[in-house]
Amino acid sequence: MLSKGLKRKREEEEEKESLAVDALWLDPGHAAVAQAPPAAASSSLFDLSVLKLHHSLQQSEPDLRHLVLVVNTLRRIQASMAPAAALPPVPSPPAAPSMADNLLASSDAALSASMASLLEDLSHIEGLSQAPQPLADEGPPGRSMGGAAPSLGALDLLGPATGCLLDDGLEGLFEDIDTSMYDNELWAPASEGLKPGPEDEPGKEEAPELDEAELDYLMDVLVGTQALERPPGPGR
Amino acid sequence: LPSSWDYRRVPNAWLTFVGSDIISTVEFNHTGELLATGDKGGRVVIFQREQESKNQIHRRGEYNVYSTFQSHEPEFDYLKSLEIEEKINKIRWLPQQNAAYFLLSTNDKTVKLWKVSERDKRPEGYNLKDEEGRLRDPATITTLRVPVLRPMDLMVEATPRRVFANAHTYHINSISVNSDYETYMSADDLRINLWNFEITNQSFNIVDIKPANMEELTEVITAAEFHPHHCNTFVYSSSKGTIRLCDMRASALCDRHTKFFEEPEDPSNRSFFSEIISSISDVKFSHSGRYIMTRDYLTVKVWDLNMENRPIETYQVHDYLRSKLCSLYENDCIFDKFECVWNGSDSVIMTGSYNNFFRMFDRNTKRDVTLEASRENSKPRAILKPRKVCVGGKRRKDEISVDSLDFSKKILHTAWHPSENIIAVAATNNLYIFQDKVN
Repeated sequence: MLSKGLKRKREEEEEKESLAVDALWLDPGHAAVAQAPPAAASSSLFDLSVLKLHHSLQQSEPDLRHLVLVVNTLRRIQASMAPAAALPPVPSPPAAPSMADNLLASSDAALSASMASLLEDLSHIEGLSQAPQPLADEGPPGRSMGGAAPSLGALDLLGPATGCLLDDGLEGLFEDIDTSMYDNELWAPASEGLKPGPEDEPGKEEAPELDEAELDYLMDVLVGTQALERPPGPGR
Repeated sequence: LPSSWDYRRVPNAWLTFVGSDIISTVEFNHTGELLATGDKGGRVVIFQREQESKNQIHRRGEYNVYSTFQSHEPEFDYLKSLEIEEKINKIRWLPQQNAAYFLLSTNDKTVKLWKVSERDKRPEGYNLKDEEGRLRDPATITTLRVPVLRPMDLMVEATPRRVFANAHTYHINSISVNSDYETYMSADDLRINLWNFEITNQSFNIVDIKPANMEELTEVITAAEFHPHHCNTFVYSSSKGTIRLCDMRASALCDRHTKFFEEPEDPSNRSFFSEIISSISDVKFSHSGRYIMTRDYLTVKVWDLNMENRPIETYQVHDYLRSKLCSLYENDCIFDKFECVWNGSDSVIMTGSYNNFFRMFDRNTKRDVTLEASRENSKPRAILKPRKVCVGGKRRKDEISVDSLDFSKKILHTAWHPSENIIAVAATNNLYIFQDKVN
């Protein structure tokens, strides 16, 4: 669904498989991790994390916790690599990073292509839905928790030599988890917009702002056959 | 708890389900009479404890299958082109209020209330139906009779009484029944909703940590639970190793916590993986309500509700893994979510590990033990032998070296009887029930 007409390269699959098998029980003194200079260790961890991220994003519904933890780890690694970011990647040990770089380069293309096509798919639905944003007075609760999100601008320091993930850095990675798809008014979750209180607005409807023509178009796109007769009510 | 850790495997109590699925949740009910398991295939199996009987005293304490039913089916969300897994993430019992039993079971998206009841009589002597159930021609009926109830073989039926759907955009990780027995909460990665058992088409959102821009997402909710006695209080844990205690009386949307529990990071242990291993996978109130217990990747911590800046107790579950974090990150084991449980008196805590090991910590004596749930290594009625992991140097005869541990055999789900020393341990697709030899 994500990669329209883009086949994963066979080497990619084999590489991934061999990584997984080898990694099942790694000697703690693994060359890339312990004995190599720290820059190489960070680099291989970075590559591994990018691989995990790619794999996670390819799921139709990524595990959010796994995704967030991997992204945060990537940020840490990338922050520690920042001083060396101007240099090309350390070539030792030669085998693993260069293969990983190839992987990264090819996965770059696949990732960009897959995300581009996903965004294209979403743009239909995004145009139709008027997903309510969280109320301004509630503030962005995510930010009041924990520390501020670290600056991602540093990712741009990694030039083409190391393979810039996306044009707009890590922020773009979350674009395909466009919540307008989840928060599509057409199938509004029961809790959206409902706030408790002694005086509940009676009869407050979660009626979608879609008209029949747009619904028809949507259904045609998805199903290609009959159109909806009427949108489903909230209490179905 | 006896001074020595003697747990015997109750005969025929470990069961491998035919065509079995991986067990994904285990929970005793409030009396301990029933034990429910949920599995990856959406099935719930309930075990019932054998009644005490003078004639069969050796059978006392055995759990046998009481009811099996399909709780959730795989669903396909056509709009998003997503398959919704039928795996049961959590089961929570309601306290018993009449002859029937009620439990909540949930998958990633939908919570269901199930009623489990017994039927041992059936009506006979209908007027409009014959004995096979075929309709009779009313014109042929000349006399009326009153149907009577006749005994029949005991049948246990499970019926879905409520379906609470369409309220979670993200994956549900926790459900918790409130002490008022009228409401419960369901928590997903970013939101927590409050439900009334009687109302299925509406829920109240009480926590929402979704940022305005998803690119700013750095933290998710990992577990949530109501206070056992105060129906206005609940806690939820996060992927950053923090716990927030909230009071629903303070505001409708509990985005501002009442208490915030976080231990400062140990600078000597800092690594790229610090955050991942601090992610809390389970949070449980003690039965007393005075403490909370949290499980992260390497430790179990006990917190006093009155002290927010650090836990009062920290127990190392498998610290020998600290030097292996890179490999465990590579094979994704570092993301495994272990649960933890209190015993009935809050004096002992238990949690699982790898190689089918599970650990118990006595909070009073500070003693701990490692036991193994495995058919090969435990004979019926034999006392479980404590296990030991050798971290380096010479390995003793019965010890296992860290490099020999089987990381595919993980014990994520365990349960402790509410008042007795009976424990249930789920090892992949096998359920083990162990009992203290004193019984």
